[in-house]
Amino acid sequence: MRFPKLPNPGLDDRIPSHQELERMEKEEAGDRPKWDNKTQYMLTCVGFCVGLGNVWRFPYLCQSHGGGAFMIPFLILLVLEGIPLLHLEFAIGQRLRSGSVGVWTAINPYLTGVGIASLFVSFLVGMYYNTIIAWVMWYFFNSFQNPLPWSQCPVNANLTGLVSECARSSPVDYFWYRDTLNTSTSIGDSGGLQWWMVLCLLCAWLLLYVCCLRGIETTGKAVYVTSTLPYVVLTIFLIRGLTLKGSLDGIKFLFTPDLNELMNPSTWLDAGAQVFYSFSLAFGGLISFSSYNSVHNNCEQDAVIISFINGFTSVYAATVIYSIIGFRATERFDDCLEGNILALLNTFNLPEGNITEGNYAESLQNLNGTFPEIIQSLDLKTCDLQTFLSQGVEGTGLAFIVFTEAITKMPVSPLWSILFFIMLFCLGLSTMFGSIEGTVVPLQDLNIFPKRWPKEAITGIVCLVSFIIALIFAQSSGNYWLALFDSFAGSIPLLVIAFCEMIAVVYIYGIDRFNKDIQFMIGHKPNLFWQVTWRFVSPLIVLVIFVFYFVTKVSSNVTYIAWNPSSEDFPTLEVLEYPAWIYVIIFILAGIPSLVVPGTALFKLIQRRCSDKNVYGAEVDTVSAKVQMYTTEMS
Amino acid sequence: MLVRILVLLYLAGAPALAQTLCQPNASNGCRVRISIKTALGNQAYEWNENEMFLFRATMAFAMRRYYKTETYNVDNIIMCNQTLRVSFWFVVTSPENSTMLIPKADVEKAVRMSRHRINNAFLLTDRTLEFLGIHPTLAAPVNPDTPPWLIVFGVVIGAVFAGIIALLVSSLLQKRRKEKGMMEDGQDEEDRQMKGVENDNVLDGIYNRGFTDDDRFTKL
Repeated sequence: MRFPKLPNPGLDDRIPSHQELERMEKEEAGDRPKWDNKTQYMLTCVGFCVGLGNVWRFPYLCQSHGGGAFMIPFLILLVLEGIPLLHLEFAIGQRLRSGSVGVWTAINPYLTGVGIASLFVSFLVGMYYNTIIAWVMWYFFNSFQNPLPWSQCPVNANLTGLVSECARSSPVDYFWYRDTLNTSTSIGDSGGLQWWMVLCLLCAWLLLYVCCLRGIETTGKAVYVTSTLPYVVLTIFLIRGLTLKGSLDGIKFLFTPDLNELMNPSTWLDAGAQVFYSFSLAFGGLISFSSYNSVHNNCEQDAVIISFINGFTSVYAATVIYSIIGFRATERFDDCLEGNILALLNTFNLPEGNITEGNYAESLQNLNGTFPEIIQSLDLKTCDLQTFLSQGVEGTGLAFIVFTEAITKMPVSPLWSILFFIMLFCLGLSTMFGSIEGTVVPLQDLNIFPKRWPKEAITGIVCLVSFIIALIFAQSSGNYWLALFDSFAGSIPLLVIAFCEMIAVVYIYGIDRFNKDIQFMIGHKPNLFWQVTWRFVSPLIVLVIFVFYFVTKVSSNVTYIAWNPSSEDFPTLEVLEYPAWIYVIIFILAGIPSLVVPGTALFKLIQRRCSDKNVYGAEVDTVSAKVQMYTTEMS
Repeated sequence: MLVRILVLLYLAGAPALAQTLCQPNASNGCRVRISIKTALGNQAYEWNENEMFLFRATMAFAMRRYYKTETYNVDNIIMCNQTLRVSFWFVVTSPENSTMLIPKADVEKAVRMSRHRINNAFLLTDRTLEFLGIHPTLAAPVNPDTPPWLIVFGVVIGAVFAGIIALLVSSLLQKRRKEKGMMEDGQDEEDRQMKGVENDNVLDGIYNRGFTDDDRFTKL
């Protein structure tokens, strides 16, 4: 029984046949770049998949959705959604030997839009992702001094006290929001370019350019460092973390399972979304990387190995991060308690050592019984370790505020700071390689630039244009723009593209043909697991996530959080609504890449119809082949 | 005899007089709070009369240093209201007139001037030897000529530029070498075919394009 598929005439003419692939394999046509060895390919894919999200999104999700229990939906969706999609992209790239635009155009010219959407998404995401790398570099540059600049508040102008904004919040907050971002109070208030940020951004883009200059020739060498160094640093931090007081509390807090969370649908949705985004699917970069492989490379094995490495890295990074967060929470708790004890000693003139951590509770009770009004007037803070542990933040807050604070409390802080930011830098850079690949290769396939322009020039132009547009993020309001890009450019379009990819391969290319291709490439047909997931399970999961995401975003009031020293609740961030003109930007970010898919199909249809009128068609029937001749260019 | 009685009375009354001069919350009094265990942990010493004496001597030293005179003495520092916390009040009397108190502002200035010496005498810091009401002077910020981050930035950017130039130049050289290699081969062959070479002498002739076999050299 053949699986139903949509009619797709002329497919055989657009793609190389199995015999041609064998011939290309033997002759080693030198035009297309190749991997030097399998290790480079694996390291590049691992580097692309393993990114900042593994370090600062997964631990937060894990902790907030029931700790150890979160592993269950995460692993289930990893197997049902992540691995099939990954195998699909690897296989189709290896078979059709082209980047994203080339692959989808070969399957059907009307599907070019899927490739173009991947191009747009890779471009937009690359822009804001590299800005985060610029921030990481700024912190890295500032780590070469002792004491670290974010360990103490600066003194104000007339040397009478600390700067007010810093004294009211904290030195790490101040360094992040004032010294680094110099953030304005709202997204509308642009505040001009911050020169130090422009320099860091320039440095980030130049460094990316030098690594991607010659495509996989240069990135293939760079990934030996950028993909392996994070694991080394994580291990060092794990060893250091386990020797610190309170680290085990953090790890326990992270993994304590709360099985009730499994009943909550948002847990499953967050797990699905995390698996999907963590695999860097639908960017087009993975298809490109896979197309440089030899035809008989075992893509099935690669997909499974990379998926498990990605999952393992998430869990490992979460352990390390939470050991350090546990240490920080314990330090904060100790400071809080010490402050309270000192206040009590000072007020009641008791000798030192009379009240300790051990007898604090009962001493407080005794004093409260005898002098309730005085205790009331002292306004003692409640010190609860669980509260400090659940202050686990995500995203930039985790890296630049919480973790940097923890580092200042460790001995030899500059060393740990340097190591930490090198790790973040490597994680981000290796993901950027995939982004650049997903931008440059489609541009070459679409013949936007003349063919004789070398790859160095095209990569240079992409980096230059991205740098110029990314100057938005170097303004005072840059942080808010970045959050906007993160929410909209990288979320909805990717889900749309992934769904279209699966429909294209299963129903338009034909799952039966795809199975035969995989049998030709790796020697055996994909088994029942792949058949079921490719045809039904994975597209369904992606569709469900997309619908929920879309509905949530559309129905809720779109707000953002801002740093405003003159607000009432300072230092809590202020919740503001976006101004009306932002909705135009949101449409450009999320709507245009998604609409490009049907849009290009429509455009090609109109183009075909218009050119059909001028076509002089002739058919020659021969015994062996049916040849159609047109006077116009074959589209 | 009368003088002796007067002297006795004075000696008996002086402490009492001193007590009235030193009062908690007096306008010219200063409160001190000491946290020895916090500062020194296991090596904490006990606060006793000898330590009190040292404090009075240090304060007298501070007053001498501030006024640049040698008239102040241990007797001019009067302490009272000592608690178990280890906190107490003290006042400073003028050396000329023992009933007159030095105003608090001057005492504060004197303490600020010699704060470092006073702290060191007791192996304590600004935080653990507190003069309530006198804020510790904040260290002036150290402003280096070039911010350290610019130096690191300069090093990284220099390395990156060097890398870009090296790679671009090597790409260019590679391409030129390839082109030159191909052209040289092609030129030789073309010459041999078109212009007959006899005994390595190139014969003159008109180059007839009709007979060129240059399909091989067409770049795709």
